[in-house]
Parts: sequence; C-alpha cells; structure tokens
Amino acid sequence: MIEAHGLTKFYGEHPAIRDITFEARKGEILGFLGPNGAGKTTTMRILTGFMPPSRGRATVAGFDVVEESMEVRRRVGYLPETVPLYPELSVVEYLTYIGSLRRVPDLENRIDAVLEEVHLIERAESFIGNLSKGLRQRVGLAQALLHQPEVLILDEPTIGLDPAQIIEVRKLIQGLGRDRTVLLSTHILSEAQQICDRVVIVNKGVIVAEDTPAHLQSQLAGAERIVVKVSDGDGELRQRLEAIRGVVGVHDGPSAGEMEIASSPGRDVRAQVARTIVEAGHDLLELRPVGVSLEEIFLQLTADETAAEAGG
Amino acid sequence: MRNVSIIASRELRHYFISPMAYVLAFLLYLILGGLFAINVYFGLQTGQVSPDGRLVIGPMVTILIFTTPIVTMRLLAEEQSSGTIELLLTAPVRDWELVVGKWLGALGFMTALMAVTWVYPLILHRMTDPGIDQGILVSAYLGLMLMVAAILAIGTLISAFFRSTLAAAGATLAVILLLWIIGGFASGAGGANELARYLSFVSHFYDNFYRGVIDLQDVVYYLSLTALALFLGSQVLESRRWR
Repeated sequence: MIEAHGLTKFYGEHPAIRDITFEARKGEILGFLGPNGAGKTTTMRILTGFMPPSRGRATVAGFDVVEESMEVRRRVGYLPETVPLYPELSVVEYLTYIGSLRRVPDLENRIDAVLEEVHLIERAESFIGNLSKGLRQRVGLAQALLHQPEVLILDEPTIGLDPAQIIEVRKLIQGLGRDRTVLLSTHILSEAQQICDRVVIVNKGVIVAEDTPAHLQSQLAGAERIVVKVSDGDGELRQRLEAIRGVVGVHDGPSAGEMEIASSPGRDVRAQVARTIVEAGHDLLELRPVGVSLEEIFLQLTADETAAEAGG
Repeated sequence: MRNVSIIASRELRHYFISPMAYVLAFLLYLILGGLFAINVYFGLQTGQVSPDGRLVIGPMVTILIFTTPIVTMRLLAEEQSSGTIELLLTAPVRDWELVVGKWLGALGFMTALMAVTWVYPLILHRMTDPGIDQGILVSAYLGLMLMVAAILAIGTLISAFFRSTLAAAGATLAVILLLWIIGGFASGAGGANELARYLSFVSHFYDNFYRGVIDLQDVVYYLSLTALALFLGSQVLESRRWR
C-alpha cells in the first residue's frame, strides 16, 4: 500500500533523509520511530505529495507520489504534527470545508459518522478555538478520516496530549488500523511498542532498524534474561545455575536476594532454573523474564547522535 | 474551478466574521462620509454642489492604496504560519487554485466594500441638476476595480513569501507605493522612462479612467499585472517543492 524506494531529500546541501526504503501493507500500523529531526516529517510530507523527494521513488495505493500526486492525495488522510485547524470555524464548518475540497459524497452524513468515530459528535457546533488540545487533535483526525482514505499518515498524533487523551487516541488509531494502512510517526517508544505492528527506526535521516517490536527486542537484546528470587541464595547455587546448558551468566539481581540469569538468544531456561533451585533445597519465591525495552534498543541504535549532542 | 470557488467563498465568509474587516469598512466609510459631507456642506454654502462622482472616488483611491495590504496580508501568510497550508496542499487542490481562490475571496470582499460607496454619488446625483456625469462615474469605478484587483493579486503574491502577516502587509504596501510613484521618476524619453511610465498605477488610472476614458491598453495593463502576480504567487507556493 505504501512503497518507498531510496527516498532522499536535500534541504540545500543538507540531506534530511537518505535512501529511505520501506513498505507498509494493508491492515498494518507501521511506526516511524526516531528522535526529533531524524527525518520522519520529511518522509511523511513526501508520501502525502506535499513535496517531492530529491531522489528515489514512492508509491501510495499504487500511485506515484510525484507523477500522480492528485491521485495519491485523494487516497491519503494526513494529520500533520501541527494540527491544521481554523479556530474561527465550528467543527462542522471546518469539516464541511475540507469535505467539499475532497469531494466527499453525502457530506453531511459522512461528517456525522466521522464525528461519532472520533467521539466528537457533542462538540459538532463548538468553535475549534474553544476546544481543548485533545479535542482539537480529534478534529484533526476527523479531517484525516473524512474521505475514508485507504492510507492514513499521522505525524506525532499524541504529542502534547494528557495521559487519558493519549490512551483514547491510541485506541482510536488501533481501531483504524484494522482495515487500512496506517503510517504513524512518533518519538514515544512505548507508543510504537503498544500500537504498531512493525516499526522503522530512523536516525539522522537513515533507517537503522526495521522489524516488529518483539523481533527487534529479541534480536538486539543479544541474550534472554530472567530474574529469580530465592531464599538463602549462596555461591553453590550460583555455580549450579551457571552449569545449566544455555546459561551464559549469573549476576546479582536488581534487588537484594535476586539473581539475574542470562541465557543464549532463543533459549528458554526457566523450567530448568526452577528445578535446579528446588533440587538444591532453596525456596523459589519469584521467577520473571526481563525483556529489553524498545527504549533501550532505540538508545542503542541512536547512541552516536545522543553522544554527539551531549558533546556539542 | 470548483476548488477555486470553495476556497473563495470560505475566504469571503472569513472577512465577514473578521473584526479587522469591519474596522476597515468603518474607517473607509467614516473618512469618505466625512469628506463627502464637508464637500456638500461647503457646496451648499456657496450655492453650488459639484456634480462629480470623483468627489468620492478621489479620496477612496488613496484610502484603498493604504488599506488593501491589510486585506491581503493574511491570505497565504496565515495559512503558512498556522500550518493549514499543509492541509490544503495535501488535499486534491492545485497550488494555483489556492492562490486564485484566495485572491477571488479578497476581491469579493473589496467589491462589496466599494459597492456601498455608490450611495454617495447617488445622493449627489439627486442633489444636482441635471445630475452627475455617469460616464465618468462608471469608468472611474471600473478603473478602481481593476486597480484594486491588481493590488490584491500583488498582495496575494507577497503574502505567499511570508509567514508573518505584518511583514506581508509592510512589503505589499512598499511595492504598491513603488508602483504608485514610479511614474514620477520618469522624465523625458528613453526605454527606462517609458517602462516606469508604463508600470505606474497613476498614469493608467488618472490619465484615462478618472477622466471618463476607457482605454483597452489600461484594461490590459491591470489585467496582465493581476494575472502575472497570481501566476507568480502559485510559483512561490510551488517553489516549496524545490527548496
């Protein structure tokens, strides 16, 4: 549904993005993840037909974003980072304006339907200028959904919202992703982890990783880890645990009485660890897996930039 | 053309809910009404009221020169500063449709504003015998309309360069004043002098329209200036693609 091949964009001499290549399929929520200034918005602007790439090619719903820009625009719903609203208009007036430009058939009923979808029907006649930030975000989403686009491109859709509003908007996006393609940019890692089927991590304008959040975690973690809490853990128990096949290291855990056991990637040693502890005459009080968060992966992948910023 | 009319009508509606437009209308009618009343009062004192619609049009030209930039300053600058330009240009709307729609909306507002001022010549017509020279009135209003259309197009073009509405207004006023006085720099013959005279707003308006003469050359001047400014305006929007 979205195909980008070698997208490169220069602002003057400076390349904002370089060789961006990825695909997003129908029914998929693809997260575009990266620190501020990584090139997320530039990529999205290219995909919506707002600006062409300096090099490379992209198609959305089968149409070239440069050669068939109008066809692309008809099929894309776009929510830019700064929600584009006219505060002097009411919600309905605003959607009527956008719907007219997009030639939405049966516009009045469609506006009602989309306002129901984003839970704004009670505020239909309110002036946009009087709405809270969360409600404005929903108005922005409503305009992006109004023409029932095949592809939704959302640039930082939860930025600036309070926690309750964030949860609501995320739920909404998850619902929307069932029958269309959603490309979502964010720098909030937990957001990508929660709602995206796949993530593309960009840093300094290039893609540094692309996979499902779960795969990224297992690939980049290097080892599986579990934490156990035992009664009276001693040096002998530690040696027995180290002797288990697949275990690559046993260290002190995060709290007193806990041990952290690292094993080879893809190797599940939990059952054997539990058995060893009990057979050694100790009580197993707790056993839990420790995942590497997307946050850690993200920091790992973008480490050079972080270091450069700290130095500069 | 449907997009043009949708954008134009939204723009026109915006003027009628904007306090700035009402302040502008109030000032225009206050000054024009005041000057008109003073002229008629002194005319009655001397027993002769001048049967000439230019009593209204003369000052109106000066007022509009200074106020039209206020009408155009936000047209594209505000869309750019608020980010709504991204909304419009990722919808199936062409750059030129946006520029022409904006200009047309502003033209609609200015036409409505100027239409009200017909009341003064009509009063004058009833007060004088055999009435005012309607030929001059019509040609002067036509010239004024064409000039305002060109100023609005220039304002729309300049608004496309800026994100700040005040900067857009200032730059528009500077360009219009330049086109207003450029003819004054032309002395004698020669290519540059001819060009300065040709570009001057003043000569095309005061030499013919204001005297009751409708010359095709003047009509072409204002229309081509308008078309050129609108074309350049859409090119400025288009240039975001190559920046």
